[in-house]
Amino acid sequence: MNEAPHRAPPATPGQEVLQVDGVSVRLSGRTILDRVSFQIAPGQFTGLIGSNGAGKTTLFRVILGLQAASAGRVLFGGPAHPREHVRRHRLVGYVPQKFLFDQDVPLRARDLVGLGIDAHRLGVPRPSRSRRALVQEMLHAVDAERFADTRVGKLSGGEQQRILIAHALIARPRLLLLDEPLANLDLGSAQEVVALLARITSEQQIAVLISAHEINPLLPVIDRIVYLAAGRAVSGSTEEVVRPDVLSELYGRHVDVLHVHGRVLIVAGAGEDADLAGHEGVFPGAAAVLS
Amino acid sequence: MSHFLSPVFASGFFESEAVHIALGVGTLVAVVTGVVGVFTVMRGQSFAGEAFGDLGTTGGAGAYYVGVGPLWGFVLGNVIAAGAMEAIGVQRVRGRDLATGIVLGAGLGLAALFLHLYTTGHSTTGATVTILFGSVFAISGSTIPLIVLLSAIVLAITLTIYRPLLLSSVNAEMASARGIPVRLVGVLYLLALALAAALAAITIGTILSTALIVGPAASALRLTRRPLTALLVAASIGIGAMWLGIVLAYDSYNWPPHGTIWPVSFFVVTLVFVTYLLSGLPEARRRRRAERAPSESSAVRPATAS
Repeated sequence: MNEAPHRAPPATPGQEVLQVDGVSVRLSGRTILDRVSFQIAPGQFTGLIGSNGAGKTTLFRVILGLQAASAGRVLFGGPAHPREHVRRHRLVGYVPQKFLFDQDVPLRARDLVGLGIDAHRLGVPRPSRSRRALVQEMLHAVDAERFADTRVGKLSGGEQQRILIAHALIARPRLLLLDEPLANLDLGSAQEVVALLARITSEQQIAVLISAHEINPLLPVIDRIVYLAAGRAVSGSTEEVVRPDVLSELYGRHVDVLHVHGRVLIVAGAGEDADLAGHEGVFPGAAAVLS
Repeated sequence: MSHFLSPVFASGFFESEAVHIALGVGTLVAVVTGVVGVFTVMRGQSFAGEAFGDLGTTGGAGAYYVGVGPLWGFVLGNVIAAGAMEAIGVQRVRGRDLATGIVLGAGLGLAALFLHLYTTGHSTTGATVTILFGSVFAISGSTIPLIVLLSAIVLAITLTIYRPLLLSSVNAEMASARGIPVRLVGVLYLLALALAAALAAITIGTILSTALIVGPAASALRLTRRPLTALLVAASIGIGAMWLGIVLAYDSYNWPPHGTIWPVSFFVVTLVFVTYLLSGLPEARRRRRAERAPSESSAVRPATAS
């Protein structure tokens, strides 16, 4: 029953929408990312799992071209464009880490979605029927028509998240990056957002890379996991990654994967590793409903 | 017809050339500051407006000292200020305190020196009052072409970068992920703000210039939830305050103490302030109504934009 509602087409070599190839980032002597490699095929739903400070946001910034990699490279699929950054911006949609719109920002939900079409263009947007229709279609797709005319600052967290997703999707990207979109959402809203993402991306064949420190709400829909710990990453299917030997290797210490009441808990063995102390022995994002 | 209106428009109002200039310049400046101000409030940069007020004072004082029109001084002072703020890193929150503390302090010190030198040479304090509090009635006809040119530049910049500016003002991260050069947009906007502040300074003085930029815009953001409408509402509030302020100042000639007019700037700023207070009423009323009928969700409220 946990079969994902959609299945990505099998990846054909060379067709990846995103290929992260040995990316390292060192900032003022600290290694934030250490030879991270993984790839995402078209339409694939990938969870980027790791605790706070594991390097998730830095990895996103590298993919978006906002942070230079000290080593390695990021390759994009899709039609070639003489200027690499233009290709990237056409290919990648981005939903930033949770932030709050100010109450008095003079933007209705539909205005923010509309900015997703043409915010990079100069001049004042000219209202047109096709523009309005496109915005309406996107509002409908994220089930946001109800609050389309409300100020963004007055929406709930889950509602803002949906509008941000519509803003990113309206430019028809092939890869959607979402940085901790479920943080600060209650369980119900989180499940709604995940279901929405799964539906839209399968309908529109958009690949998703979604970061989270809690894997639970994602498990029903993700095709693959990129598990990030202290800057290092392993990737593969859930079954391939969430295993004691793989995670022990990643964390550099003994880790148990426990199945408890149909959930999976990833538990650090006894030890005095400072890295793990903050997690009270259970890794965040480790609880997983597997069957 | 002037009989009917004489309680409102004191005699000679429509014939006075100073009034014509004041109304024309006031309208133009209100439009410019309204449009620019909406973004100033959205970006939380009213501190930059204050900074332009301070350094505009220096520029204006310097202009008097060397004997050119104060508007040149405001423009030069503010553009230099914008450059300094950008160099120090005004876009970063931490940089702001540095910029405010060091640059503005030094600038105002210079202003004191220029004004001292000028007033001791001319035995008058009129320059100080004009720079700090402005006088829209004292704008000479020869300044108008420059005012029109600057206004056109500011409006052209702001409307050209409207969409990138709007998104980067809402969230810089989202904007740069879209490939918008956020830093460049920020610099262009700071330049527009610097020029708008100079125009506000020539109209109502350097000290009060921030009020004209921030006040109408802050009111507009309370009254409308559409970005373009906010620009129009802010400009309209500015125009209204300017016109009414000019009429009241002209009338005040007949008020006690007789024989002098009250400063236009006083009326304009007061009207802007009153408008801001009134602009909170619709929201307060909505909230009261919502409390009375808690079941009525905000979503089913009919769309009454602006």
